Amino acid sequence: MIDTLLSSIGHVFTLPHLLFMMIGIFVGLLVGIIPGLGGIAGMALLLPFLYGLDPGYALGMLMGMVAVIPTGDTFASVLMGIPGSSASQATVLDGFPLAKKGQAARALTSAFLSSLCGGVIGAIILTGFILVARPLVLAFSSAELFVLTLLGLTMVAVLSGKNLFKGTAACGLGLLVGAIGAAPATGEYRMNLDIDYLYDGIPLIVLGLGIFAVPEIVELLMGRGSIAKDGNTDLGKGWSAGIKDVVKNKWLVVRCAGIGSLIGTIPGLAGSVVDWITYGFAVKTAKDPSQFGKGDIRGVIAPESANNACACGAMVPTLLFGVPGSGTAAVFLGGLLLLGLEPGVSMITTHLDMTYTIIWSLALANILGAGLCLLLARPVAQLTRVPFAILAPAITILIMFAAYQASRSLGDWVALAMIGMLGVLFKTAGWSRPAFLIGFVLAPGAENYFYQSLQFHGAEAFLRPGVLIILGLILLAFFLPVIRKAIMRRRQTHEVVDSAPSPEEDLLESRGFGGVDLLLLLMMAAVGIWALFDISGLMPLGKAFPTLAAFITLLSVIAVVFNGWRRGMIRVKQPATKSIAVVLGFFVLIGISAVLGFVCTAVIFCLGFQRIVARKSLGFSALFSLGVAVFLLGMQHTMNLHYPTGLLDDVVLPMVPFL
Amino acid sequence: MFSTVSTREHHATPSRRHSLKHHARTTAMAVMLPMIGLLPLSSAAHAASDVPDTLTWTVPFGVGGGTDVWARFMSNWVTKDLPGHPAVVIDNVPGGGSISGVNLFSKRAGNGGDEMLVTSASTQYPAMLRDRRVRYDYADWEPIFAAPTGGVVYASSSLGKDSASALKALSSQEVKFAGQNPTGLEMPVLMAFDLLGFKVDPVFGMKSRGEGRLAFERGEVALDFQTTSAFKSNVTPLVDAGQAIPLFSLGMMNDEGHIERDASFPALPTFSELYLAQEGHSRDDEAYQIFHKFFASGYAMQKMLLVPKDIDPELLEQYRQAARDLAKDPEFLKEAAVKVGPYGLMVGKAAAAQLHSAMQLTEAQHAWVKNWLMERHNIRLQSR
Repeated sequence: MIDTLLSSIGHVFTLPHLLFMMIGIFVGLLVGIIPGLGGIAGMALLLPFLYGLDPGYALGMLMGMVAVIPTGDTFASVLMGIPGSSASQATVLDGFPLAKKGQAARALTSAFLSSLCGGVIGAIILTGFILVARPLVLAFSSAELFVLTLLGLTMVAVLSGKNLFKGTAACGLGLLVGAIGAAPATGEYRMNLDIDYLYDGIPLIVLGLGIFAVPEIVELLMGRGSIAKDGNTDLGKGWSAGIKDVVKNKWLVVRCAGIGSLIGTIPGLAGSVVDWITYGFAVKTAKDPSQFGKGDIRGVIAPESANNACACGAMVPTLLFGVPGSGTAAVFLGGLLLLGLEPGVSMITTHLDMTYTIIWSLALANILGAGLCLLLARPVAQLTRVPFAILAPAITILIMFAAYQASRSLGDWVALAMIGMLGVLFKTAGWSRPAFLIGFVLAPGAENYFYQSLQFHGAEAFLRPGVLIILGLILLAFFLPVIRKAIMRRRQTHEVVDSAPSPEEDLLESRGFGGVDLLLLLMMAAVGIWALFDISGLMPLGKAFPTLAAFITLLSVIAVVFNGWRRGMIRVKQPATKSIAVVLGFFVLIGISAVLGFVCTAVIFCLGFQRIVARKSLGFSALFSLGVAVFLLGMQHTMNLHYPTGLLDDVVLPMVPFL
Repeated sequence: MFSTVSTREHHATPSRRHSLKHHARTTAMAVMLPMIGLLPLSSAAHAASDVPDTLTWTVPFGVGGGTDVWARFMSNWVTKDLPGHPAVVIDNVPGGGSISGVNLFSKRAGNGGDEMLVTSASTQYPAMLRDRRVRYDYADWEPIFAAPTGGVVYASSSLGKDSASALKALSSQEVKFAGQNPTGLEMPVLMAFDLLGFKVDPVFGMKSRGEGRLAFERGEVALDFQTTSAFKSNVTPLVDAGQAIPLFSLGMMNDEGHIERDASFPALPTFSELYLAQEGHSRDDEAYQIFHKFFASGYAMQKMLLVPKDIDPELLEQYRQAARDLAKDPEFLKEAAVKVGPYGLMVGKAAAAQLHSAMQLTEAQHAWVKNWLMERHNIRLQSR
């Protein structure tokens, strides 16, 4: 085994292998940095060249790409609040607030360094683990997977802070939205309003962009500043600060990488829960968790060290069982098949050399990819200094571009705008957006695994040792803060904690109630009742889960109202008319794009915005719009993408040279 | 999960088709530039002929999936024997379990012979079941070639020490089977279980056949089914270890449309052998005929390359001749055996005849399936 290991390392460090891997890394970073693309787009770029290539080199190229995708997407998460892929949802929570504080370089440096460490730790764990992983993977039945999704769902309680019921209401709504589409047990279609687009459910990328990115743009557009609010901090200092942060939190990195690589090995779960679980872990274990969500560097370090490790872990089920652990792994599996490598036990017997080539390419690509990003971090962080009025149209187009890649139908844009509206309301009234996203992400797993575990094991499903261990962890997660608070309270009689928020702020946060709250409560109640009505005709197994989700939503809505009534509400102003107007403007932009075509609309929109809103010179505006057009058309050509065409695009685009 | 791609809006206007040709080249140029000198570049020179110089294959599945991998593999070979060696652009249009992409193709594809469609069992079945979303009709298309796959049903050794005792146990003892959904690729297998009188309690919602196999390895189910290549790489070790016992293969279809033994598993009986050996069973049984249709369109011709039927007949013949040549190419067969499975290609008129007979369910047959799904699996088929 040691021989194989060493000869694989020798192979990894040969010049052609390194060259092919660098190509893979560049492609991976490119598709990682641009939101909405990701493993599948990268694979589409590389696949034509895999054919006929030496399998060892081809693997290097594939691994280079697969390894750095969770690294590259951090740029968009931190700098623009756009979750580039599932691996970077939790990073947005603290990364973007840090960027707003003018600490983008610090956040990026920490993120990349954690990614690097996480990836390498993951590869080291994988080296030994892959040989003995079979029994562990087999130990995780649907029952264990179900309680793991429950563990993910409990993070809602961690993230919703003082308004637990607002959090559960948001989560319930997320579960409901996540249940749109085919029921796993019966194949019946639910809550799709007979719209073709909804048969597959709403794509995660669209939901993530809508709930996180759209409200941020709206806010920044109205604020008219740059992303970084603290004008006088020196971005350059962030570099060393970021490195220091990681060193200071080295055990957090190690533990999150460990959690990441273990969860990654479990097929069917992987990317969707790991960043929430590690984020929750970081919040839970922090001595002072008050800054999470407002710009705590640990909120960046934890998910970033976990997601690269998770990409390593996801290789275990992919290689050993041919069951991919994540979306990117599924794509990687396709590449393996095209190379004539059928995954299975043979990957640790006859093809062990290939397996180690994969693992060590993964480690090396992580180091090279994160290294490249570290070099880029400082210059790219300057983007947060650019006045947002200039950046806003570019980000708007970028978000539309990203959302449209999800399923390439106009439905993506409509869904984006509607979820964006919800996001704006959530943000205005302080409802937990992560809770909504977690509900959405975990809905299919929760439903499917619950149903399967009952079918396979009956009620005994929940007495399995693995289940009991994970349930114990959940209870611990719930009661630890209670116990800690009790201890803290006892201590507080002696000393006053400085960092506690002022009583007034605390009061407002827990009892403030305004017009948007009312609107959201009414809307959620309506959606809950409508859902119950819509699914009433389905088979019992098809409607059990959405019924539960609707009840969670409705009961939480009642609890919020009851709580407010019992504890006394404090009327607060929640000005949202302007933001709603901006989102309505977004609807108009979508409508125009659908009629005229995306590329032309994007150019006209950018030109108009720079001239009229940002009041830039004609030359600047023209150059800016040209840049946007070059980006869109360039992407279309290199990645074989499609945009909605329309009246104007059909006329103008054929006249553009080089097309 | 986040990065799942689905439908692609495909605007097959003349300008789009024109630009697609360039796509192929610019994409190739952009990505190949750093690799020049490392990769053998095939010459792009071509003679003047009726064959378009770029073929666009609509693949209604995502990149890296089974059908996509098959299409990409085939695209490298199929143009070898065509005059001018046209370039093939793979256009992935996933969504709706392949229905969305095929609907778009059906609506927009022209008859220039440069637009082709790749389909799989999950495209064929919804059409046969008259799914409400299906707006395509196989009668509009002609197959150029079809590729079969086989499959094997195997049981846990806890049911018996050999296949005879396991088969006996299956008719008296209730066992679980982990499937994806009752109207997908596993449908004929589930029918086969019923026809053989197995007492099977299926659990649906698996995301792939691989997950079903994991459930078998975990001991959650005692009965499983895998297609040939997955069986060879992942179940053979279990058979060798004495954990799994192969029971029967689905078989292969010969040119007359009869099921015979699968050349990959010559020692294994086929489902049909087992079924027909039982007293009172014949090929004319309605249930058996329905099984046969779903077997034909889902296995014997699982993956297909199709063109609109109104293309120039000479061009179609040229495509089919190229496929016939390919089907005899030993080099192709050798590589195909490793990468896409050990079966030959079904070409030309034979494929067309088989396809059209398989895709037609009579009203009575459709009603039988609908009733079977309701009675047996408690599923209401939402058909047109």
